[in-house]
Amino acid sequence: MKAAKNKKILLAHGGGGRLTEQLIRHNILPKLRNDVLAKLGDSAKLDFHSESLFFTTDSYVVKPLFFNGGDIGKLAVCGTINDLAVAGARPLALSLSLIIEEGFEFAKLDKILDSIGQTAKENNVDIVTGDTKTVEAGGVDEIFINTAGVGESIEGVELGLDKLEATDKVIINGSIGDHGLSVMSQREGLEFQTELLSDCAGLGGLIGQLLENTDGVKFMRDATRGGLAATLSEISSGSKLNIEIHEKNIPIKPSVQAAADMLGFDILTIANEGKFVAIVKPESADDFVKICKAHPLGKETSIIGKVTESSGEPTVRLITKIGGKRIIQMPYGRELPRIC
Amino acid sequence: MLERIYKAQQIIDKACKQLGRKINIMEVCGTHTVSIFRNGIRSILPANLKLLSGPGCPVCVTHQGYIDTMLELAKREDFLIATYGDMIRVPGENGSLESMQTNAQIKVVLSSEDALELAKDNPDKKVVFIAVGFETTTPATAVVIDEASQQNIANFFILSNHKLVVPAMRALLSEKNNKIDAFLCPGHVSVITGSDIFSEIVEDFSRPCVVAGFEPIQIIEGIAEICKQLAEEKAELKSIYNAVVTEKGNAAAQRMICECFEPSAGYWRGLGKIDKSTYQLKEKYSQFDAFKHFGITDVPGKERSGCRCGEVLCGLIEPPECKLFGTSCTPDEPIGPCMVSSEGACAAWYKYNRKESDESS
Repeated sequence: MKAAKNKKILLAHGGGGRLTEQLIRHNILPKLRNDVLAKLGDSAKLDFHSESLFFTTDSYVVKPLFFNGGDIGKLAVCGTINDLAVAGARPLALSLSLIIEEGFEFAKLDKILDSIGQTAKENNVDIVTGDTKTVEAGGVDEIFINTAGVGESIEGVELGLDKLEATDKVIINGSIGDHGLSVMSQREGLEFQTELLSDCAGLGGLIGQLLENTDGVKFMRDATRGGLAATLSEISSGSKLNIEIHEKNIPIKPSVQAAADMLGFDILTIANEGKFVAIVKPESADDFVKICKAHPLGKETSIIGKVTESSGEPTVRLITKIGGKRIIQMPYGRELPRIC
Repeated sequence: MLERIYKAQQIIDKACKQLGRKINIMEVCGTHTVSIFRNGIRSILPANLKLLSGPGCPVCVTHQGYIDTMLELAKREDFLIATYGDMIRVPGENGSLESMQTNAQIKVVLSSEDALELAKDNPDKKVVFIAVGFETTTPATAVVIDEASQQNIANFFILSNHKLVVPAMRALLSEKNNKIDAFLCPGHVSVITGSDIFSEIVEDFSRPCVVAGFEPIQIIEGIAEICKQLAEEKAELKSIYNAVVTEKGNAAAQRMICECFEPSAGYWRGLGKIDKSTYQLKEKYSQFDAFKHFGITDVPGKERSGCRCGEVLCGLIEPPECKLFGTSCTPDEPIGPCMVSSEGACAAWYKYNRKESDESS
């Protein structure tokens, strides 16, 4: 049987018949090949060794599908891997669910599947189960993807907001705003878009190294939607402690700052797809930073602030570059739509 | 940079101490407002120096009558409303453009050019561009009016509420708030108009006017220059944004404005009707004037109940003094435009300063 001759997805590709079979066997399986998936069972059977299991899911609706530094496929794999990794899990396997609009070009689908396969391989996870649905034109915008992921716990590692104490350090593994502004500027057709590159990356490897080789990591979260502002606000309100951040220590690329200024966005609220915020006890911070800086995804790692005691409502404060003070809040109102 | 800031701070502290009274400096530009809050500039100034956010945010100064007209047009059949993003969330009595979006044709545009393109792409629709903004955005509207005229685009209209900043400053000082000691004048308006437009404020009202850019250092040095003048009992026009602003401004942009528009009387939120304060399309371009073409009379409109945006804009109250602030009026569900626009005084206060003011009160 040859690969599908159709250049575009038809409704029948999701109908469960011959075309569905063709799509799965010829377009999807070869790109994601692994023993579990190849069985095409109704469920995947996984062997794992830890006592507890981590489980997460996320859906991806980014527009445009292809952006500088990534695409919806890479995003769908990295996003779920990162959700597992920051929770202190070693990512094991993902599911992949595609909802495709009738008329979607096979060329684009192949490109996305290539990217999914490659990203999964680079991050040492298998796509072990999946589903494909098609909907009539207009039912979705081109393609939506859901991935769920499972991971096993790393021995001796237990992260939680309840572990935070005043004087703990707040660390980020690199520059902020890259993903959101890359996608937004591409969408708006801004001239400087080519300079901007999404930071979309799987953090499983780096975080695994950190958790296995340093003590004192108390909590981690990936700073995705709502950006650094949302992540810090969640950490502060969840731990009932204040956080104090120094603006001068936050890594920001000048081209990204320029794009944020032009579009009128507060860069602290812009989504990232390859950045985590870690809360680390002070005596471990230097080791933590050292490991990060030796890894390609952590070269610009910076200690941006610290946890402090709170007497009233937990607050995140920013010491601005000029020495002024202001608060950082959970972003509200118009989040940038369809950024991930 | 920190040295320059420290030096400016010393000048400010010394002047404020010498003056020994409350000093009110008003900025009349939303970009200044945002930069002041975002950089925590208020927190490094002496207690007797107060920064007031004046009528400098285009969405905020737009009177309710205009908002109501915009919402009414959006309901009409065959109309397509093209607007800058912030305007879609300004509410009238029965919702905003955003809440109407499901049953009306509303398109957010990033430029006036995009609005004209919409008209070309939708010949069966009457495309109305919500033309708001100060002297900075007026030339861009003028350019598309010129294009529409040359290309004979019959379905393109603008609902002009382009504003002139100086008449509002005059109205403020002469009628609403004579406690303003000086103005921090907007850099980007001045790029177009030239800094000379503010000389009448200095001459007629003896208030220092300092044109500054939007970087925190430029704002702080602008405030320092103002404080120095006040302490020396001087009132001068000074630009500390000389790299970009000239005395005479951008002649080509001014010509574009003059070609299409003339200043006429217009309404402002909080300030009422001000003579020669609003750009109206000239007679020869009246076919593009939505007010004229559709027989609309501009009216002041009725502010929403309890909303004190008008007083905020005049520097008469600070946002937390409004009972709605942070309770029934928040950025998620704004009642007044100063909470809608990211450049609005209420939104900036809420976002960057709210808890600090809670703690100090």
